[in-house]
Amino acid sequence: MGKQMTDTANSLDNRPTQAEIDLTTVDGTPLKAALANAQKRARRRALFLVLPLLLFVLITFLAPIGQMLLRSVHNPSFSDHIPNLSVWFDENPAGTEPGEAAYEALVLDLRSMRADKTMGIAGTRINYDLPGSRSLFTSTARKAGALEPPFQEAVIATNEKWANPKLWQVMRGASSAYTVDFYLAALDRTRDVNGDIVAVDDDRKIYAANFLKTLFLAGLITFCCLILAFPVAHLLATLPLRQSNLLMIFVLLPFWTSLLVRTTSWIVLLQSQGVVNDTLVATGIVADESRIQMIYNQTGTIVAMIHILLPFMILPLYSVMRPINPSYVRAARSLGATSWTAFRRIYLPQTIPGMGAGGLLVFILGVGYYITPALVGGASGQLISNFIAFHMQKSLNWSLAAALATLLLLMVLLLYWLYDRLVGIDNLKLG
Amino acid sequence: MALPKHASTLERVWHYTYLVICGLIFLFLIAPILIVIPLSFNAEPYFTFTQKMMSFDPEGFSTRWYDLLLTFGMSAPDVARDGSWWADVWQNSAWVQAAKNSVIVGVFATIFATVLGTIAALGLSRPEMPYRRLIMAILISPMIVPIIITATGLFFFYSSIQISKWELFGWQIPYLGIILAHATLGIPFVIITVTATLVGFDHSLTRAAASLGANPRTTFFKVTMPLILPGVISGALFAFVTSFDEVVAVLFIGAFDEQTIPRQMWNGIREQISPAILSVATILVVISILLLTVLELLRRRSERLRGLSPG
Amino acid sequence: MKRTLLIATAMTGFAFAAQAAEVTVLGWGGAYTKSQSEAYHKPFTAETGITVNSVDADNPATPIKAQVEAGNVTIDVASVEFADGIRLCDEGLLEEIDHSILPAAPDGTPATDDFLPGSLTECIIGTDVYATVFAFNASKFDGNAPTSIADFFDPAAFPGKRGMRKTAKANLEMALMADGVPAAEVYDLLGTDEGVDRAFAKLDEIKDMIVWWEAGAQPPQLLADGEVDMSTAYNGRIFNAVVGEQQPFEIIWDGQVYEFEGYVIPKGAPNMEEAKAFVAFAAGTEALAKAAEWISYGPPRVSSGPLVGKYFDGSIEMGPNLPTTAANLTNALASSNDFWADKDTELNERFNAWLAN
Repeated sequence: MGKQMTDTANSLDNRPTQAEIDLTTVDGTPLKAALANAQKRARRRALFLVLPLLLFVLITFLAPIGQMLLRSVHNPSFSDHIPNLSVWFDENPAGTEPGEAAYEALVLDLRSMRADKTMGIAGTRINYDLPGSRSLFTSTARKAGALEPPFQEAVIATNEKWANPKLWQVMRGASSAYTVDFYLAALDRTRDVNGDIVAVDDDRKIYAANFLKTLFLAGLITFCCLILAFPVAHLLATLPLRQSNLLMIFVLLPFWTSLLVRTTSWIVLLQSQGVVNDTLVATGIVADESRIQMIYNQTGTIVAMIHILLPFMILPLYSVMRPINPSYVRAARSLGATSWTAFRRIYLPQTIPGMGAGGLLVFILGVGYYITPALVGGASGQLISNFIAFHMQKSLNWSLAAALATLLLLMVLLLYWLYDRLVGIDNLKLG
Repeated sequence: MALPKHASTLERVWHYTYLVICGLIFLFLIAPILIVIPLSFNAEPYFTFTQKMMSFDPEGFSTRWYDLLLTFGMSAPDVARDGSWWADVWQNSAWVQAAKNSVIVGVFATIFATVLGTIAALGLSRPEMPYRRLIMAILISPMIVPIIITATGLFFFYSSIQISKWELFGWQIPYLGIILAHATLGIPFVIITVTATLVGFDHSLTRAAASLGANPRTTFFKVTMPLILPGVISGALFAFVTSFDEVVAVLFIGAFDEQTIPRQMWNGIREQISPAILSVATILVVISILLLTVLELLRRRSERLRGLSPG
Repeated sequence: MKRTLLIATAMTGFAFAAQAAEVTVLGWGGAYTKSQSEAYHKPFTAETGITVNSVDADNPATPIKAQVEAGNVTIDVASVEFADGIRLCDEGLLEEIDHSILPAAPDGTPATDDFLPGSLTECIIGTDVYATVFAFNASKFDGNAPTSIADFFDPAAFPGKRGMRKTAKANLEMALMADGVPAAEVYDLLGTDEGVDRAFAKLDEIKDMIVWWEAGAQPPQLLADGEVDMSTAYNGRIFNAVVGEQQPFEIIWDGQVYEFEGYVIPKGAPNMEEAKAFVAFAAGTEALAKAAEWISYGPPRVSSGPLVGKYFDGSIEMGPNLPTTAANLTNALASSNDFWADKDTELNERFNAWLAN
């Protein structure tokens, strides 16, 4: 190791020029080869240091996310339970009118589902694409044992929904475990009878609008943060270091305080029996019975998120503003510019890197926010993350949750790539 | 930021308006955090200032909510407060349990993140490091990827490998999933702070140590470590705070009895924001003030050290 | 390796020593878990020495389903609504429970004859009857208090905020009853698209005034804090807030929806034997009667009825406060298990789209 170090040092200090190309090291190897070797060793050593962490992140982070992404296109909960139907689907091309053979396969599969208690699972999968189908499967499966041939008439007699061509088209789609249907659902799309992609009914639309709303709210919050952060960062950057360090506590203390504490504080402040409403009532601005609803709705989400994300805007702005030389503005003033012109033409352009860094960071964090909207967002202040959580924990439609998560992830990765290109990850600073 | 003597009236008015605006923004930042402190001493179960509190009547204030933090979940809270009462608190109080769990998870997650992160940062800051940009992007990504996505992925992953049933010498490892998840979430902070410290690091120092006959181990502990230590410690603090404040991963992958402080708060906020939550919040605010102080001292030390280092 | 050992040694200092025999029971939290803890958990541990770990969820049925489907079951027993239990059972996620393990009544009547009709299924053992009622905070109304379910849905007469559970179940039924549909016709109507549209149209009228809750402990808190004037709630939670905390709440026994609740054992429960022993213990006549003295939910066993006395502190007779008392059933709806077992998924989809738009 000691020798290698010296080698590296030598090779760096004595860069070979064209004239020195024949030089050799003490042990006789050509300098060029020794240099290449040394660099290869150095690269390997650097990589070796990073490797443990890289493996750790690969196993505890990248692999789980990859596995989840797979779930968005892979759902075997119907295809695993239809041995007979899948044979029929394989033998008959799409569009074939289901005849007696198809219904016989259906009845056989329903009987085995009844025995294995899987009709609920299989029905739920079909229900995702054709609402109302779950009950069709469970109720018919209960009766399947008693059905007599001809099965087509018998099955349709139990429930005429079985004759719906859309149902057969959906079952054919679900008979393969791999599907993009969950992405369609995540974008409020579905397939019609012919398999063409169409928009879902208006009273079932949720996600596309919510993606837009999430982007809009994240944008609005970023904008508000920028407006609030700019004067503060400017003040901190222009004050003498001793004073600005003191004022910096106002920024850093919120930054270091628990997210849940800050969310709690906003509930305490904004709820209808809270501090703000009480003050308004006590001062007579608002009547006791018409207290303002500021929380458990979109307003609550916006206010609390601005407060939580504001330090992420102030800190990068500050670190860009601090080194700006005040003599440029002074020079502009002395050349006759008004203070507004000097600010707009000279100062503002120099802060753009800070605005970009802070803005992108706040936007990225805002798009994926979950905790605050969940606690103070009520029904109208929910973001896309909250819908992912809903499908993970409440409706248990995990494939849809995974599809929504993938779309969100793509959005965030795009922004992250942009951040790296424009700002550079190396320039990410904390505190 | 004094106003120059030649400033016009308009400029003066604008200047003071500007200061007032800044003051209001500072108020917006800090007031929500400080407001919980007096309210946590409310004698009544409300989240607003009562008449008695406003008139500074001592009867309006009480420490009952702090007391509730200790007694909630105890098997016999009403007996005399002797040694066995405190033993009961230590064993059974729900909040004390949650605090213990949070500390265990936080400490181990921080150790994982700091050790692995510091070693990796040493590699990343070498000029020879290949694929630096890509690897850096991957290692920072846990901070950028929305937590709900991470938690969802981990839920499936840990379920499929049944991590809650893993054993070490026949002993089931508690919190293992949460510790690993929090370690992953803490890594970006360690990487960022330690590489930032290493930016000003003079690599000829290690070469000098080596040329003077120190082996790599000695070089690391005697030369490199003392210089990057402030960065490592602040990275570790970030990692610890990240774990100590993390609730989503715990909600998704934690077993039902693996309660941590944030999870306990989450339940409390959703179900009943009694002032007991505010007293926890107050304690956490005090902790973050302490942390901030430690960090500031570290920053100063780091600057002093770097001022001394050559180059 | 040395470090791992070190970590292991360090952690044993904090970790709980592995218990010999234990059973993990998932409940609904708050006053309801408290009642089960007093009536089942503590006496069960005293009798058998098996430790009961009590944990809570907003609705235990969902984590159970998630755990079984993800293949990582840590819960042994869970308390679920009947419709959810039937659905999980249909999906093969629950262990079947042999009714012969249930103790007979003190007079020797076998459990299968002693339990109320419908309160035992192959997977679920009934523990109580609860009702989703609506209650109001009396201090918010002087004189002109709501008296019927129609008042809850009347934004003009009662403009204040109201709390409702963030789900389709019970809300749709209550909306229809408020719209004048007799209890007996509610499910026939809800089975049609027009009926569902009508229920949502009724909910639309008060949509802007609703504060949504998810955990059963929330509505009493919302009422107490003054965040809402009235709220739908589980009747037992309101009762406990009134009797236990002297809150000025009043329950309106009109247009409420009542349902059985019971214990289930998820497939692959880690402590299967202990789980079965626990469920059998909780199904005993005395245990069920005792639970009803801690929260106002009716016991599902005929023989338990006469044993239910006063609230545990002796302050008030439980009988008139149970959802099964005749006086409380003048305009009440028995929740249809089959309807919700089948329609829960699709109606909640519709509900969430409605909520988001």
